[in-house]
Amino acid sequence: MIRDITIGQYYPADSPIHRLDPRTKLFGTLVYIVSLFFADNLWCYGAATLFLAAAVRISRVPFRFIVRGLKAVVFLLLISVSFNLFLTDGRVLWQAGFLKITDAGLRLALFMGLRLAYLVIGSSIMTLTTTPNQLADGLEKSLGFLNRARVPVHEISMMMSIALRFIPILVEETDKIMKAQMARGADFESGNVIRRAKSMIPILVPLFVSAFRRATDLAMAMEARCYRGGEGRTKMKPLQYERRDGFAYAVLLAYLAAVIALRLIW
Amino acid sequence: MSIKAVDLTYTYGAGTAFEQRALRGVNFEIKDGEFVGLIGHTGSGKSTLIQHLNGLLKATGGDILYHGESIYQEGYNLRALRGKVGLVFQYPEYQLFETDVFSDVCFGPRNLGLSQEEIEKRARHALRLVGFPEKLYGKSPFELSGGQKRRVAIAGVLAMRPEMMILDEPTAGLDPKGRDEILGQIERLNRQHGLTILLVSHSMEDVARYVDRIMVMNHGELAFDGAPREVFRHYRELEAMGLAAPQITYIVQELRERGVPVDDSITTVKEAAAAILGLLGKGGGEET
Repeated sequence: MIRDITIGQYYPADSPIHRLDPRTKLFGTLVYIVSLFFADNLWCYGAATLFLAAAVRISRVPFRFIVRGLKAVVFLLLISVSFNLFLTDGRVLWQAGFLKITDAGLRLALFMGLRLAYLVIGSSIMTLTTTPNQLADGLEKSLGFLNRARVPVHEISMMMSIALRFIPILVEETDKIMKAQMARGADFESGNVIRRAKSMIPILVPLFVSAFRRATDLAMAMEARCYRGGEGRTKMKPLQYERRDGFAYAVLLAYLAAVIALRLIW
Repeated sequence: MSIKAVDLTYTYGAGTAFEQRALRGVNFEIKDGEFVGLIGHTGSGKSTLIQHLNGLLKATGGDILYHGESIYQEGYNLRALRGKVGLVFQYPEYQLFETDVFSDVCFGPRNLGLSQEEIEKRARHALRLVGFPEKLYGKSPFELSGGQKRRVAIAGVLAMRPEMMILDEPTAGLDPKGRDEILGQIERLNRQHGLTILLVSHSMEDVARYVDRIMVMNHGELAFDGAPREVFRHYRELEAMGLAAPQITYIVQELRERGVPVDDSITTVKEAAAAILGLLGKGGGEET
């Protein structure tokens, strides 16, 4: 029913990208996004396409899963493409009323569309190949320097991973409660807006009750295992860069250099 | 008059990496007034199966016939079906949401579009059937004990006056006393009020004492379907499925292997005691 939601969904597979250190993937995604905004000619986009295609291929995530992320932004994509297409000044190629397509508009619309699509695909490769826990670990370690500025980095990352961890549980719980109320004849589909909103009460009340129960249970379980925040806490599996991460960084730098060179030359 | 499953097949997440066949061609028929136990190991497909019987899940193959009519035919009223085939989920107390017990029990009959008078009549009747004390009707369901909450939740389904009740592990997490009370009340619903019952459980002991017939699920297939004594004869196969026959079956089998001629169709401690006393020449079967 609502299990099809794919927020930060991890796709289990055994690929070189899955095995990379989460920090490498975080930094790589960041660099890739920057490079997309830096690119301003077809050659740059060609390089970006190649890099992305290679990453998708190596990650062994089926293409369908990657495209699924695009569905969520398809509306945004259409709007920005059509705005750029019809409302940019330049040499007019086609005109109908106040709508006109110019050479500059065509170029801008194409680049804008590619930029957005690649941005989404690039970041979904990261979330599809990294478990939420690894991601939180990676963020915690990368942002560790903020600790000195008295930002509770560990606590924030712990909250983040707990929140992410609870998404599928709450989705499942919602599904269960919905079914239980449907078995009692509840109807969520018909009626006007007010009736429909009211029909959510039998779902929301039990959902909140169970979320609070789970939260207190979890807090209790953590305290029972002497959890006391980040200070002095060590890890069983500390993040450690390996050779493949060095290789990945080298590829990344080469890519970045190529994009910069392509932009400067053309 | 019956509910019938024909070649029922269900696949979770068809076409994704997480594809899983939960039901593989299940066939059975439950007649009016029967008391059936559905047993299976965790993940054997029991919960998936029962959600088909009131149309919450739609089979990927096969059919469900309720009183001879396919519930998948165009225009079939599934909400009416859910009033007829009452489904009580596992830990049903987690679905309570109203401010007081009585209103919560009224939720089901109200969804059937009955008059206020009829709704309250049914709610009162259902709460009485599960033995819920009248002085607690106005209490918040969240203040009750676990056993009481469960009763209220069962009453919430019962108040729709179903012809058939499906209960998924209705005794999970209850103490032995609460368990016996709930099972006793379910038995009364069947024996005195003629309600068809499908009791889902993984405990053979619980089921053997009450049901007329047992269906055993294994890996999405119906492995056995018959009277308890017939099913428990396959205790070795049951063990291979991660289930066990009631302890008394093992004692009886052990005795038989050692040459004591006890009847191997015994399924309860009472019967076994009678049979053993009979063999000892005390003839004391009735005393126990």
